[in-house]
Amino acid sequence: MTTPVLRVNDLRVHFFLDEGLVRAVDGVSFEVHPGQVVGIVGESGCGKSVTMKAILQIVEPPGRIVGGQILFQKDSGAAIDLTRLSPKGAELRAIRGAEIALIPQEPMAAFSPVHSVGEQIIEALTLHERQWRPRGPRLSRAEARSMTVDLFRSVGISMPAERIDAYSWQLSGGLRQRAMIAMALSCRPRILIADEPTTAVDVTTQAQILNLLRDLQRQHGTAIVFITHDLGVIAQMARYVVVMYLGRVMEQGAVEEIFHAPKHPYTRALLKSIPSMNVPPRTLLPTIAGSIPHPLGRPRGCPFHPRCPDAIPGVCAERVPALRPIGSTQLASCFLYNRDEASEP
Amino acid sequence: MAPMTRYVLKRLVLLPALLFLFSVAVFAIVQAPPGDFLTTYVATLASSGSSISAEQVEALRREYGLDRPIWVQYLKWMENLAKGNLGLSLEYQRPNAELIGERLVLTMVLALLSFVFTWVVAIPAGIYSAMHPRSAIDYALTLVNYVGVATPNFMLALVLMWGAFAYLDMSVTGLFSPDFVEAPWSVARVVDLLKHVWLPAVVLGVAGTARLTRVMRANLLDELNKPYVTTARAKGLSEWRLVVRYPARLALNPLVSTIGWYLPALFSGSLIVATVMNLPNIGPLLLRALINQDMYLAGSILLIYCFLTIVGTLISDILLAWLDPRIRFEEGMR
Repeated sequence: MTTPVLRVNDLRVHFFLDEGLVRAVDGVSFEVHPGQVVGIVGESGCGKSVTMKAILQIVEPPGRIVGGQILFQKDSGAAIDLTRLSPKGAELRAIRGAEIALIPQEPMAAFSPVHSVGEQIIEALTLHERQWRPRGPRLSRAEARSMTVDLFRSVGISMPAERIDAYSWQLSGGLRQRAMIAMALSCRPRILIADEPTTAVDVTTQAQILNLLRDLQRQHGTAIVFITHDLGVIAQMARYVVVMYLGRVMEQGAVEEIFHAPKHPYTRALLKSIPSMNVPPRTLLPTIAGSIPHPLGRPRGCPFHPRCPDAIPGVCAERVPALRPIGSTQLASCFLYNRDEASEP
Repeated sequence: MAPMTRYVLKRLVLLPALLFLFSVAVFAIVQAPPGDFLTTYVATLASSGSSISAEQVEALRREYGLDRPIWVQYLKWMENLAKGNLGLSLEYQRPNAELIGERLVLTMVLALLSFVFTWVVAIPAGIYSAMHPRSAIDYALTLVNYVGVATPNFMLALVLMWGAFAYLDMSVTGLFSPDFVEAPWSVARVVDLLKHVWLPAVVLGVAGTARLTRVMRANLLDELNKPYVTTARAKGLSEWRLVVRYPARLALNPLVSTIGWYLPALFSGSLIVATVMNLPNIGPLLLRALINQDMYLAGSILLIYCFLTIVGTLISDILLAWLDPRIRFEEGMR
């Protein structure tokens, strides 16, 4: 077993709104190993994007990390806890973009419309120059430009030399997302966070982008944290899955185990609601009973218990189940698999 | 042709057409009040006890072309303007160019300085407020801004003049010390001007500064929520650098398009302040020319206003296109 490059431990991010406290992330733990693709899946509002912003410490106020650890393993030496670093400090800024890079959700709005895309990539290269190239001559403008052209070529953008001078609104959705990937990869990060990178593009482009990410991941051995609400995408991309619901991890494990032997009732319900080729036509698609509670009206106990078909009366509504190992790689936070804990007073 | 060149050329072509339209409008407005300069002149003379014969009035009327149809008067005016001749002031009996010249320079100096004051103060203040919303300094700036917008500038002028006189024993009226009012331009006179000009520049700029700070704060708050800011932050840029480089730059664009209005607004808005502070700028001159129906003087001043407004708008259009490639391309393609 390798040392994980990233270890998130009982992370809590709360939003202090005038209307009340929103526990967007409330005790999330998972690990990312070097070169591994981890999929984070969940409905909208389950806290997956906030978790990613918390890793980079770019959660916007009134949100704040209130607990937990984010341990990042540097190339040399011990792991550092990112939550202990100042969000505006130089140490953390040296990690953002250089060691942990982000591919944001909306490529359309994620580039500045008044700077050419090339310029924005060159900025990243120049900013972290001493990290991706500790020694050697200072980066010249011409060199940065030619590196950007190479990056564009490596993500499959045709006519790269012309395209780097384009503005984001002059590019198609697919090209924009490729340019974004080029920017994220520019400083050769060890971890790539892809926040629903294919939500805003059409299905054909989606397939191309996923292939590209997979190829790049194999080439460079970058670890990818892949956020999506699309279980099909997870099955294609990830080797390890984390299932989130209302700011907590319901279940996690290797992709084969989660898909073929889901343990948590939420995961089972989620998988059942995928349309299948094997059911007779005109069958109603199973849905999860009830709806996601209002962020301010979080249920007590296990957050899923009001919608859970297997909820244990008097237990699930009272106490929060901890994440416990079940199979060889699988973990679930559910009292069904933890009768001892459930029967404790 | 590059989009930018096309964009500028299109606007330059429009310039003469606009000037023609404005000249017609200006002439119509100056001519609009009943009577003409001579009726006012005769009335003034009569009220001061002296009189003028009907023949003399008729001779003057012919001399100034006041007996000809309006369109002939207009064409004559245009002909003279084309030769660079702004005509003679009926009241002062001096060339209009001479009367306007120095006052125009002083007005522009004042406008430029209060503009610089406004932007240098308002933009950083707006950026700070937006970056620290609901902080103590933000609230303090907001309070100052509301007071600034709500205070009439002539009142501010009076208060400051009184304060300077009562506590600093300084006389701050006018733009020059008594020794330099009539003196020819020299280094010493420029220095004297700079010693006096800052107070009226600040007085004239306060309300604009307050408004601009509010607008900058609101624009930037909108921009700070845009995804490209998250991208820039995730890239590892420092907070100040990323704000100045990305959202502040975008928040500025709508403001740049208002630069063109600044000069004419200050021309007409400074009248009361200029009267209160005894500033030798162009506002009081225009007011007097209009009251006395000194039509060629008033017409010349108004036409210069129009010209400056057009040029100001042209400058802000060019600045905007230079700052925002979306405008450059969209317009250039058409």
